[in-house]
Amino acid sequence: MSGTSSFSEAAHVALSNSQQRRNLRQATTSIRAKRDAAVGEVDQWEALREEGRRIKDRTMRHLDVHLERLEERVTAAGGHVHWARDGDEANAIVTRLVRDAGSDEVIKVKSMTTAEIGLNEALARAGIVAHETDLAELVIQLADDRPSHILVPAIHRNRAEIRTLFRRHLADTEELTDDPAALAEAARRHLRRLFLSVDVGVSGANFAIAQTGTICVVESEGNGRMCTTLPQTLITVMGIEKVLPTVADLDVMLRLLPRSSTGERMNPYTSLWTGVADDPPDGPRAFHLVLLDGGRTETLADEIGRQALHCIRCSACLNICPVYERTGGHAYGSPYPGPIGAILAPQLAGLRDHTSLPWASSLCGACYEVCPVKIDIPQVLVHLRGRVVRQAKQDGWRGRVAGERLAMETMARVFASRRRYEAAQRTARVTARAVTRDGLVRPQLPGPLGAWLSSRDLPAPAAQSFREWWRAQPDQSDPDGHGGAA
Amino acid sequence: MSGAREVVLARIRAALCDVPADEQAAPPTAFVLGDDGLEEPAFVLRSRFAARVEDYGARVTRVSVAPAAIRAAVAQACVRHGIRRLAVPGDVPVEWLPPGIELLADEPGAPLSRATLDETGAVLTGCAGAIAQTGTIVLDGGPGQGRRALTLLADVHVCVVLVEQIVGDVSEALAAVGAVLGQTRRPVTLVSGPSATSDIELERVEGVHGPRRMEIVLAG
Ligand code: SF4
Repeated sequence: MSGTSSFSEAAHVALSNSQQRRNLRQATTSIRAKRDAAVGEVDQWEALREEGRRIKDRTMRHLDVHLERLEERVTAAGGHVHWARDGDEANAIVTRLVRDAGSDEVIKVKSMTTAEIGLNEALARAGIVAHETDLAELVIQLADDRPSHILVPAIHRNRAEIRTLFRRHLADTEELTDDPAALAEAARRHLRRLFLSVDVGVSGANFAIAQTGTICVVESEGNGRMCTTLPQTLITVMGIEKVLPTVADLDVMLRLLPRSSTGERMNPYTSLWTGVADDPPDGPRAFHLVLLDGGRTETLADEIGRQALHCIRCSACLNICPVYERTGGHAYGSPYPGPIGAILAPQLAGLRDHTSLPWASSLCGACYEVCPVKIDIPQVLVHLRGRVVRQAKQDGWRGRVAGERLAMETMARVFASRRRYEAAQRTARVTARAVTRDGLVRPQLPGPLGAWLSSRDLPAPAAQSFREWWRAQPDQSDPDGHGGAA
Repeated sequence: MSGAREVVLARIRAALCDVPADEQAAPPTAFVLGDDGLEEPAFVLRSRFAARVEDYGARVTRVSVAPAAIRAAVAQACVRHGIRRLAVPGDVPVEWLPPGIELLADEPGAPLSRATLDETGAVLTGCAGAIAQTGTIVLDGGPGQGRRALTLLADVHVCVVLVEQIVGDVSEALAAVGAVLGQTRRPVTLVSGPSATSDIELERVEGVHGPRRMEIVLAG
């Protein structure tokens, strides 16, 4: 889960995967247009963003008070509240609760928090099967792949790949086409059986309201409603930063989130529940809320870094980011990719584990512009870079921090601009030709490229890049152009 | 686990040492109602709600408030989808119920099984409110709405919305929702069109796990 391979290495691999880049560019281009239209409809969007920022800022400053209130209200409504210092503790709590419920399987609605703590793997070690029920999560699970986007974890997979996967793994799919509606239908049939039979549900939470003890899950497909309504036991794992003081605060978030996220006026389903509903009975007979620290209090202690905790996981910053669009989500080596991942993952997991992530950005500022709660991501990035460097100095510059840093800085700048990207390709080629042996670039080079190469092998670049080849063809449009050839 | 609780709370307090001790924890947030506070006439809200819920792929039938008109619209929706059996909450207004359709009533004391709900395929309910700005229906388990599973497992959801139930924006609806959440343990669901996914190449597909077809009977 943590950054075993650094961002620059992983990004390099991702850049060579042209199918993924094509899928990603197409997807982010279309979602950006939808978001712009949905946001453009709201007269006072900027005032609403400021209100969102203010609510999150104020809530964080008194987080203890709101959490105690939430605990009191959930308990009063018949729920049970558990506290976990870290992911392992949370996993142990959930495992025990599932066993106590007498089940060896759970149905899960997509949750970033449970991905962060590796809950599925922990449950598997205890002999408990976790069924992901979100369409994209199902794709990821069947392909034994990793999520690459907050909202659409399988954004890097196209319909043909998903069809192949479903035909291999799901029953009665011999005739399956790659029409998205047909693929969705196949997932519906496959999962319906599980929804009707599995008696423990596991969810995350988008928001929790301290005032009333209510949990809120925002979704599109209806699998969230299934998992939180049909089982006898419901377990919700929630980062402590998700609490909101009042229903009025939720109102602001519900006006910001869907438009920023899927570019809709409102998402299909928003579920709100308070403990156990018994008059009349509706839904699970037992409700457990697991409140997770997992690095959040450490993040909170950093006066500049703490705004990363304001994130409502809309993914607008991923969709707008030029670096993300070119590298994809896997390069970040964390369940939280993109600009938010670059500031959140290193803080949650500890800066020593993710030294390169704060450099995975060109500081172009587009993420700040679209963030519905106005998180100043560039400011936090710069701040974290300073912390990494100070820490490396303290550690006596062991490891690769210095070289990483310089190379990532250059790399992020280069990814952000097509002109520079092409220029860099040319430079690399010209330089590499002079120093290539056995088809690999070996020697110590001066400057950022050399620092970056200090721990890597690099195949010698082709004599002519695709872009150059394309340009040389008569009457060809730009390979990046939307009207151009595919 | 009380050990973990104390540790986490202590960590939070230590992390927030920059916050002045006398700072107010919860200055009340007021609902900001509407963009300009102007009341919009019902006919404007009605057509906006209809247009926006249609944007999601739901079908809207406009009728008068006369029970016979509502009943006829429900009957037509049943014909369109080949519905012969309809699940209903036990307290659904009887005057909405079309003739010639087998009715399965879900009562708190005698709930329908999950399997029955799954097989029945269609459900008829009312709602607690509706939002014009976003084409949203509010279900709060109140009269004529039933429990959540009822409107979840069916493939077709026929929902009667009275024009007087439509509010302008999300804030007005949430103010009402807040009262339910504050005073009861009833769950609330905001429904905006049929179930959908954009997980495959971000192309919106209507209908994954929840009802794939939504029929709104808009009365008044
Ligand atoms: S940082 Fe802001 S834009 Fe990015 S996912 Fe979080 S809320 Fe959305």
